[in-house]
Amino acid sequence: MIKRLSASIREYKKPTIITLVLIVLEVVIECIIPFMTASLVNRIEAGTGMRDILITGGILIILAVVSLTFGGVAAVTASKASTGFAKNLRHDMFAKIQTYSFENIDKFSSSSLVTRLTTDVANVQMSYMMVNRIAVRSPLMFIFAIFMAWKMGGTLALTFVVVVPVLALGLIFIAKTAMPAFRRVFKKYDKLNESIEENVRGMRVVKGFAREEYEKEKFGNAAEEICNDFTKADRIVALNTPLMQICLYFNMIFILIVGSKLTITSMGTKLNIGQISAMLTYAMQILMSLMMLSMIYVMTTMSLESIKRICEVLDEEPVLVNPEKTVLEVKDGSIDFDNVSLKYSKTAKKSALKDINLHIKSGMTVGIIGGTGSSKSSLVQLIPRLYDATEGVVKVGGIDVKEYDLDVLRNSVAMVLQKNLLFAGTIKENLRWGNENATDEELIEACKLADAHGFVSSFEDGYDTFIEQGGSNVSGGQKQRLCIARALLKKPKILILDDSTSAVDTKTDAKIRAAFKSFIPDTTKLIIAQRISSVQDSDMIIVMDNGAISAVGTHEELLKDSEIYREVYTQQTEGGKDNE
Amino acid sequence: MSKQKNMDKAMPKGRPGFNGGTLKRVLKMLMEYYPVLFPVAIGCIIFCSVTATLPAIFLQQVIEVIEDWTQSGDWASASKIIVPKVLILAGFYVVSIIGITLQSQLMVYITQGFLNKSRVSMFNGMQNLPIKYFDTNKHGDIMSHYTNDIDTLRMLISQAIPSLIQSSIVIICVLGIMIYYSLPMTFVVLAGVIIMLNVSKKLAGGSAKYFIKQQVSIGKAEGYIQEMMNGQKVIKVFCHEENVKEDFDKINEELCNDSFRANSYANCLGPIIMNIGNVLYVIVATVGGLFLITGAKNFGLSGMAFSISIVVPFLNMTKQFTGNVNTFSQQINHVVMGIAGAQRIFEVMDATPETDDGYVTLVNAKLDETGNIIEVPEHTGVWAWKHPHGDGTLTYTKLEGDVLLDDVDFAYEEGKNVLHNVSVFAKPGQKVAFVGSTGAGKTTITNLINRFYDIADGKIRYDGININKIKKADLRRSLGIVLQETNLFTGTVMENIRYGNLDATDEQCIDAAKLAGADDFITRLPLGYDTQLSNNGSNLSQGQRQLIAIARAAVADPPVMILDEATSSIDTRTEAIVQRGMDKLMEGRTVFVIAHRLSTIKNSDVIMVLEHGHIIERGNHEKLLEEKGTYYQLYTGAFELE
Repeated sequence: MIKRLSASIREYKKPTIITLVLIVLEVVIECIIPFMTASLVNRIEAGTGMRDILITGGILIILAVVSLTFGGVAAVTASKASTGFAKNLRHDMFAKIQTYSFENIDKFSSSSLVTRLTTDVANVQMSYMMVNRIAVRSPLMFIFAIFMAWKMGGTLALTFVVVVPVLALGLIFIAKTAMPAFRRVFKKYDKLNESIEENVRGMRVVKGFAREEYEKEKFGNAAEEICNDFTKADRIVALNTPLMQICLYFNMIFILIVGSKLTITSMGTKLNIGQISAMLTYAMQILMSLMMLSMIYVMTTMSLESIKRICEVLDEEPVLVNPEKTVLEVKDGSIDFDNVSLKYSKTAKKSALKDINLHIKSGMTVGIIGGTGSSKSSLVQLIPRLYDATEGVVKVGGIDVKEYDLDVLRNSVAMVLQKNLLFAGTIKENLRWGNENATDEELIEACKLADAHGFVSSFEDGYDTFIEQGGSNVSGGQKQRLCIARALLKKPKILILDDSTSAVDTKTDAKIRAAFKSFIPDTTKLIIAQRISSVQDSDMIIVMDNGAISAVGTHEELLKDSEIYREVYTQQTEGGKDNE
Repeated sequence: MSKQKNMDKAMPKGRPGFNGGTLKRVLKMLMEYYPVLFPVAIGCIIFCSVTATLPAIFLQQVIEVIEDWTQSGDWASASKIIVPKVLILAGFYVVSIIGITLQSQLMVYITQGFLNKSRVSMFNGMQNLPIKYFDTNKHGDIMSHYTNDIDTLRMLISQAIPSLIQSSIVIICVLGIMIYYSLPMTFVVLAGVIIMLNVSKKLAGGSAKYFIKQQVSIGKAEGYIQEMMNGQKVIKVFCHEENVKEDFDKINEELCNDSFRANSYANCLGPIIMNIGNVLYVIVATVGGLFLITGAKNFGLSGMAFSISIVVPFLNMTKQFTGNVNTFSQQINHVVMGIAGAQRIFEVMDATPETDDGYVTLVNAKLDETGNIIEVPEHTGVWAWKHPHGDGTLTYTKLEGDVLLDDVDFAYEEGKNVLHNVSVFAKPGQKVAFVGSTGAGKTTITNLINRFYDIADGKIRYDGININKIKKADLRRSLGIVLQETNLFTGTVMENIRYGNLDATDEQCIDAAKLAGADDFITRLPLGYDTQLSNNGSNLSQGQRQLIAIARAAVADPPVMILDEATSSIDTRTEAIVQRGMDKLMEGRTVFVIAHRLSTIKNSDVIMVLEHGHIIERGNHEKLLEEKGTYYQLYTGAFELE
């Protein structure tokens, strides 16, 4: 997993390495400083001259300034490396997601993808920075300090033989015990927050049923449980502080007693005052570095979850890929389904489509009708190869869709999705999704066809009107018409409208269909609708039921032969026309 | 957006007096919740901080001894002086370790307890807030009080406050000891510290500036990512992958730049302060050496002359001093952010709750032989309004479901009326429908009936009682609502249905599901009524969720129902099934229906056509068709409802 991610470091390897080098140098200097200070102290004690002190002091100050520079620069390069790494990760994930087929997209919910691209990457960025700055620093500091302490204090360094294993074992024990507890409680905590969110969203239901007290009690209990769990986990972690203090104090006392004995008995030859002072500094450095290491350990393990989630995105392989030899032109708008079946996953028991046989000639207008779950959308999504049929062959222009270059196929088959969307930007920008190079005249023409020109020109800024994210500042019907216009700009051979006029009134709906008939007669038009009126004048109407074609025919034929069709028809005419 | 706002507030604005009130309140609450434990914990912190400065004194004394005895090499005599001193120190240490253990464990207990209490009282406060609060605040913002703000509060209590206390005390103590030993040396250290503070102030300022910028970029990137992830299928259909990649790279680059700057500043702070500490350490050593050699006169409270036994502990104290200044400067940010978070949490807690002056309550009742209403404790299926009067008498009114709106005006925002002179009369058992474009005021009317909002002018009466006199909970209990946006809760299907009536038996819930036409699909779910729903029932179809919502309203068995676009997201065929359930549900009840599909409301007793908050047409289906007005045009499909 880690290896998978490190592929995204790329050009930020340089700052990463510079950081590591600088930090190594910084650590070396930081360890030399107490060493030199010790000798300074000793020389002072021995009554050395002013010049000697000034020189040593000068060198020391230079060393400190150099260390400062290294530390400062390392901080900057570490930031560069980690933020750059995060940028590359986001780029790689985003690019990977763009290669996904519909099947891949269905697998991840869009909100989970957003979290992976934001929060999870932020976690990794943080860990990367910490690892760069501390994971090298701490062990190095530890080794250097031990080495220097041993060199300087000799037997005095034996204290670390006792203290270090105790502290290390203690820290490992704490981290190991606390982490599973934390993981459990974090899961519960997420659930608690989800339930708050649920509550906030459903406040009308809560208040509508006067369930405030019930919710309070439910929440109180859940919160109490989480509080207890958190307390338990935190209490284990809180043992870190006393453990650290015990080791520190033990060192202090050991060094004071043994150190002073050694100094006095050896009459300052084996150890001296300066060295005792330095030993205390080293002790501090050693213990701190262990502490930091345990912190890093906890942090990186916590971010492992994020790494896993990011890798899932990067490792997901697009289901549909371009064939090697591709057909680069769609001849006409004819569509054929030969014994087509579709299952959305291999393990699915139910087929979304069963044994579909269908032949549509170029230029025909085809209506498709059926209840929710009857797989109307599944049927048409096979045409631009948004999914691949599990069995059978789907042909466009007489050629298997799997042989086309995907872009070529999808540019010839325009589809207005049921869940259509406009993006933040002007109307013009949105329309040009259909054709980047469309002239203003072409835009207007497409909008006229989709009966959108009227309301667009009534806006103050006309085609330059800014559409808010999700198209929230236009009405449902207006949005649908703009989406149709956007699809028309592709000048497609096949146009598929998946329930795309549901929010448009019947009169406008009829106007759009009439325009299609007279202005794009050669384009094959597939119209999925709830309203019979939207399809009744089609050349061919397909009635879908439960993943299969239940009946095919014209309006009159179906009224006679199809019970489902008749039922929907009577219901709609009896109930007055729909007004969705 | 919200994050950016939070950051704005979180950043130091140089008005500590203003935030001081919030900090005081946090401390006051801590004292209130933990009147014994909190002071004990603080006491422990203070005690441990003081003991942390002790080594300096002992070190000085031990080194003095060593200095005296090194020449002689007589450990036996020296140890007589050193060992007792070290033992005293060890004694202090033992006590200090006990104190630190106690303190760290107590702080965990206090922090988590405090967070829990804040969370719960925020949640409880939230339950009492009017719907307006939820309509006017973004849900993401409300959520961030529970996540981000609670987090900052945790940092404040568990880390910032203790370490601030600790560092301040250590700083003061060390300063005291330093002054005691030597004034000139102290000045050297102080001069260094002043430089340190200035540098950290500069860096913190720069870091704050760029962190705000970074938050803006993050918001922008998140917005873009969200939009594109939602529109992924549209991108595919239009082969637009390369274009969005390009756009994203631009935004990504910008985010990277801003967060690089913000992190650089923040990262620099540590090493720079630490290394200034190193420089200071060296300077102290050098200056100490110079003082020793030149035999400069020492000033200090102790009156001791310069000696190596002063310089060595001074070196350690310098480390300690700068280390604590470092901690202090790093914690300041947490304090400021924690206070900002606490402030936002307090805002929720302090928000004005929904007022309820109602005193008329809903009680179980039965009719005696003479037809009088008698209040009974057990469920009878008959309900009555219990109405206490000023003169101490009680009257009972049978719950019938008679709703009257008389000349009602209403505005969500002062001066912008959305309803004008609306009058609606619904007799028990009648079906009243509202038709009109989005924003015409249909939902607003229902919001007023159950008092999610209060009217500006006019009167609403329920069974002849002004609804302002009815206790809100009881009023709402007598009204069932099914909304367009179904909200199911995490739990089993059964639990979700029972939400309508917590006392309902399993049988009653199943009956309600049958009535709503939901039983059929529920029994086909893998675990039937025990199927777990999560994420607002994402494993169900929209229509199925709607059916559960209808069953939930049915089990409440209210005399008045409000159906706000309850079947709008169901296709025509499924709707026919739901409609049958709904029709059964509506039998004998007063029903308010809002629907886009005119087929759903055709059989209403009264249809009201609303436009811009006015009722422009009213009557039954036939009458309205005859009038050939707006309803007629809608019905014939000449108009578009938007």
